Parts: sequence; structure tokens; C-alpha cells
Amino acid sequence: MYNDRVVTVLVVLSLIWAIAGMGAGVFIAAELVWPTIDMGLEWLSYGRVRSLHTNGVIFGFGVSALMATAFYSVQRTSHVTLFAPRLAWFCCIAWNLAVLAGGISLLAGWTSGKEYAELEWPFDIGITIVWLSFAVVFFGTIARRKVKAIYVSNWFYGALIIVIAMLHVVNSMAMPISIDKSYSLFAGAQDAIVQWWYGHNAVGFLLTGGFLGMLYYFLPKQADRPIWSYRLSIVAFWAFTYSYIWAGPHHLHYNAIPDWVQSLGVVMSIILLAPSWATMVNGVMTIAGAWEKLKTDPALKFIVLALAFYGLATFEGPMLSIKSVNVVSHFTDWTVGHVHSGALGWNAMITFGTFYFLVPRLMGTELYSVRLANVHFWLALAGTMLYILSMWGAGVSQGLLWLTLDELGELSYGFRDIMASMAPYYALRLVAGAIFLAGAVLMFYNFIKTMENKATVVRRIPEVRTASGVAEATA
Amino acid sequence: MNVLGLHKKLEENSGLLIFGILFVSSIGGLVQVLPSIFEDELITPTAETRPYGALELIGRDIYIREGCSTCHSQQVRPLLAEVKRYGPFSSAGESAYDRPFLWGSKRTGPDLHRIGAKFSDAWQRVHLIDPRSVVPNSIMPAYPWLAANAADPRNNIQTRLRRLRLLGHPYSDDAISNAPDLVANKTELDAIVAYLAVLGEAAGSGEEMAH
Repeated sequence: MYNDRVVTVLVVLSLIWAIAGMGAGVFIAAELVWPTIDMGLEWLSYGRVRSLHTNGVIFGFGVSALMATAFYSVQRTSHVTLFAPRLAWFCCIAWNLAVLAGGISLLAGWTSGKEYAELEWPFDIGITIVWLSFAVVFFGTIARRKVKAIYVSNWFYGALIIVIAMLHVVNSMAMPISIDKSYSLFAGAQDAIVQWWYGHNAVGFLLTGGFLGMLYYFLPKQADRPIWSYRLSIVAFWAFTYSYIWAGPHHLHYNAIPDWVQSLGVVMSIILLAPSWATMVNGVMTIAGAWEKLKTDPALKFIVLALAFYGLATFEGPMLSIKSVNVVSHFTDWTVGHVHSGALGWNAMITFGTFYFLVPRLMGTELYSVRLANVHFWLALAGTMLYILSMWGAGVSQGLLWLTLDELGELSYGFRDIMASMAPYYALRLVAGAIFLAGAVLMFYNFIKTMENKATVVRRIPEVRTASGVAEATA
Repeated sequence: MNVLGLHKKLEENSGLLIFGILFVSSIGGLVQVLPSIFEDELITPTAETRPYGALELIGRDIYIREGCSTCHSQQVRPLLAEVKRYGPFSSAGESAYDRPFLWGSKRTGPDLHRIGAKFSDAWQRVHLIDPRSVVPNSIMPAYPWLAANAADPRNNIQTRLRRLRLLGHPYSDDAISNAPDLVANKTELDAIVAYLAVLGEAAGSGEEMAH
């Protein structure tokens, strides 16, 4: 029988992180509208809660979901149970404890100050150990598979595990001062280059690659169609793995790093559009022919919408990497909008879709309410669109107003006035975030009700046809 | 060559697949990131750049702790409008003693790389404790606790300086032995104001170059 209990627990933890992490996001959005709601308390201060928000959604919600779906799909694509199931439980519990304790430490002001790598050195070491255990369970399961070929979703989960390990270890190298403080081993411009090699590829291999693993398994499952082109998935995978890693310096345009590094960052960012869209085309073509399912199936709706936002975000990314666009967008809320079109539109949506597929199956029952799931779908779409639009408005106007000079060559607008003009956009963004969060809460309620109807399920491992055509009993 | 045939080998051998991913994903880092780490020019301080003094260093660590860099950049780009607004554009050497770098990725508030010369220490103190008393529509958080906390409650300023010296920051024995006296009886507010005051001190000739 497949090891599905650890999957279920990871799904539940991921859902709790979704609510907590998005809740923190809504709170800091509110702080930008009403700056005194932190009540002068250091633990509620914007600069600290902001990293709780990013760590909570990326490492709590995102990674728990990736572990859950990796454990679920690697067993089914390999026709074996998990290798070292106790180690899988260790991953589940230790990871979530690390993110919880890490989140509290961020509120207490422990931070390395590196974006998306804020956790201090004791956590960095702990995370490395858990991550290596994740690698052992995952690759151990693949190594003893009963199916000859390693399915494409596993390449992406594999790239997630390998590349994130490499990035995390290099970028976290530091000289400890005390339990809560360290100094980066790299200084200044070099630290910047290493940090954005990490930062960009955390987006690349975790938020893109990892979730593409999810897409490649759960989309064909839910659409009940095989992947449209196997060949395209091969080309897209290797092109993606090769080119993503170069794109980091586009986060440092016109900053004090060498020009050749910036230029290379632009070229590779634009090339990246090809494998990104190849994957999107592969996904869309897989659903082609199953469109009628969209009318009735909330899980598939979420997955298809996620693909659309994946296409949008991976188009916008290369555009923002072009220096003449970046000169306007850099340092503005446009960046924040871009991140959220990926994070809400792609990562959260595909996870929601996958969970709508997974939870009823894990519970051996039907989803409590399809109607609620449909309401969630529209809330998620409305929230994401409003979020992106408000940040586009804010970001484009900020970027242009900052750079505007009058006919005498003097600045046309003061910084304070431009900042003050952001108020309506920030208010809209707060509403957008609250709508999206409300949808997630509905989903949580739907799943609790679904779990109350839990039935006992015994999931046997299917028999595998070997090359000689003889069925081999495995369970 | 049959590419599909070649790929069959990769996807039927987990060891080869792991190696393939590691190899393909590290090329970019090896060609682009690794040379930068060995390019000394990037971390050679400019003539005006000096290591942070004891109180300034504590102030910088507080700036990091409070996440100031989530809303404030420290990187003036070589653009006419930026140089006009903020001052000389930033050069790599100015950040030679910055661990981590604090260039930032977002300007909810203004850039601070040249802030030192623009406001008095007295203004900074008032602004940090109650931003809206001096900038009415500011959305910056207030930091009242900074005035109440001792700058170095754990007495580890010497450890910080010694570890930085290990990393190559030129602190003299005297600088390290005098450090506790310099931070004694100071508050976190004193420290962060001292840090903000030196931002921009090392500004080079960026303005001329931009014109």
C-alpha cells in the first residue's frame, strides 16, 4: 500500500501555512495603508512581518505542497512505496517545525538580510539536513522503481531538490557571530551577484521547476489524457535547467556589477521564454480535447487558469529583464505585481487545483462542495487580477514619475508626493489580497468538511507489465 | 545522433539523471557567478570607503534586523534623474565592507545611499521614533523601541569586529580594544543614527560621470 498518510499530513500543513502566510501578507498590505496598526510593537513591524509572509508562503505553503505531491506522485510513477518512509515523516515534521521556529525567529529580528534567504545560520544548517533527507527519500524511491523510465514529473522534482540544495548551501555561507547573527562570507557586489543567483533560481527551480513537476503529474491525471508531446517535454526540461540559472543578474540592472554580467542576464532571460512557453503549450495541448471537463471540474479549472498565469508571468519576466523596461520597473511595485502574478496566479492556483484533486482521493470520498470550490475559483481569479492590476498601476506610475524631468532638466515630482499618490493602489491591493485569502479560507473549510466524510481506502500498487508482457505482481 | 535514444539512457538511470541535472544547472554559475567571486576589483574599496566604526556597525546590524532594506534601496543608478534626486551614483567599491550587501530591490521609501548629508541626526531621531511628526503622509513604521534598548546588550561588539577582521576588514587591535567604550551607554537609536549619518560619506565622483 502506498505511503499516503505522510502525504495527507503535508497537505494539511501546507493548507495551514497558506492561511497563515497569506494572512501575514494581508496584514503587511494593511500596514502600508494604515501604518500605525503595528501599535509600535517590534514583532508586528512591517520589516519583520514581511519576511514572515514570504517565508510562510514559499517555504511553508509551497514546499509542504511540493513535498506532499512529490511523495504522492513518485510512488505512483515508480509503482513502489516510499523508500525510507520514516525519513519521509522526518522531512514532513522537521521541515514544518523549522519553518515555524524560523518564522518566529524572523519576528524576533533574527535575519541574514538576504531576500528569500532570511533565516539565520542555525536554520540554514537544519534546512540543509531536512533537504538532504528529502533527496534520499525521493531518489531512493526512484532507484527502486518497477517502471523502467523515470517519468517527466520526477525530472522536475529532481531538479528542484538538486539545484535548490546547491543554491542554498552556497548563498547561506556565513561567519556566525552569535546564535541569531552572522555576516555573509561574500561582500558587497559579490554578495549581490551570489544572492540573486540564489534568489532568481529559488523562483526558477522551486516556484517554477518544482510546480512544473506538479503540473506534469496532476494535469494529465485530471484531464485523463497523456502529455501532448513527450519530445517537447524533454527539450523544454533541459533548456529550462540550463538557461534559468543565468538570469539572476537582471535583478541588478544598472547596479554596481559588471556590464557583461548584466548583459548575459538579459540574453539568457529572453531565451528562457522559449522553454517556459514550450511547457505552457504542452500543457494547453494536453487539455485540448478535454475542454468539456472544465465545465464541471473545479480542480481542472484551477490547473488551466494556473497555466494561463504561468504563461503571463513567464512572458512578463523576460520583458522586465530588458534594460530599457527594467529602468522603469526596477525598485517599483511592478516587481511586486510580477511576483504575485506568478505566486498567486501560478503557484497558488496549481496547488489549489492539485489539492482539489488530491484531498477527496486521499480521503476516499467526494469533495464536500463543488459549488464552494467554484466560488473559490472566482474569488481566486478576481483577487489575483485585482492584485496585478493595482500593482501595475502603482509600479508604472512610480517608475515613470521618478524619472520625469522638466524642460529645464530638473525633477518634476518630489519623492514624497509620488509616494503619497500610491495610497489608492495600496488600498486596492489590500482588497485584492483579502479576496484571495477569503477564497483560500473557503477551500480550507471545504476540505475540513470533506475529511469528516473520510472513508477507509486501500490503495494497491498496480501490476506492472514488463517488457516480455508478463504481469508482475508487486503489491 | 538519435537524441531520443540518448535521452532514454538518462531517464532510465537515476544516477545519470542526477548528474545530468547537476552538470547542466551549474554551467551558468560557473561561467557567470564564479568569475565574479574571484574578481577582486568588485570588492576593492574606493579611496573614500572605510570599514564601519563600532557604533556604526551596530547601527547597520539594527538596520538589517528591522528589515529597512525591504523598503529602502542603497543603490543610486547611473541615470540623470537618480543622480539629481539622490546624489552621485553608487560604485561597487563603496560596498566592499558590506556583509550582506543592502542594495535592496524595492523603494517604498526613498533610496538611502546618500542620506547621510541630507538630514541632521536630530531629524533622524525624531523621524525614527515618530515618522509622521515630520513627514505627515509617511507610511513608514515607527521604531519607538530603539530609544529604549541598549546598543550592545550582549557585549559582543569585539566578537563582531574580530570576525569581520577574519574576513579581511582592516580593524586594528586598538580599534577592537576601544570598541566597548565607544558603544557603552549608547542606545540602538544612537547606533542606527550613527550608521545613517555615514551613508554617502564615500560617494565618489558619480555626478560628474553622469553628465
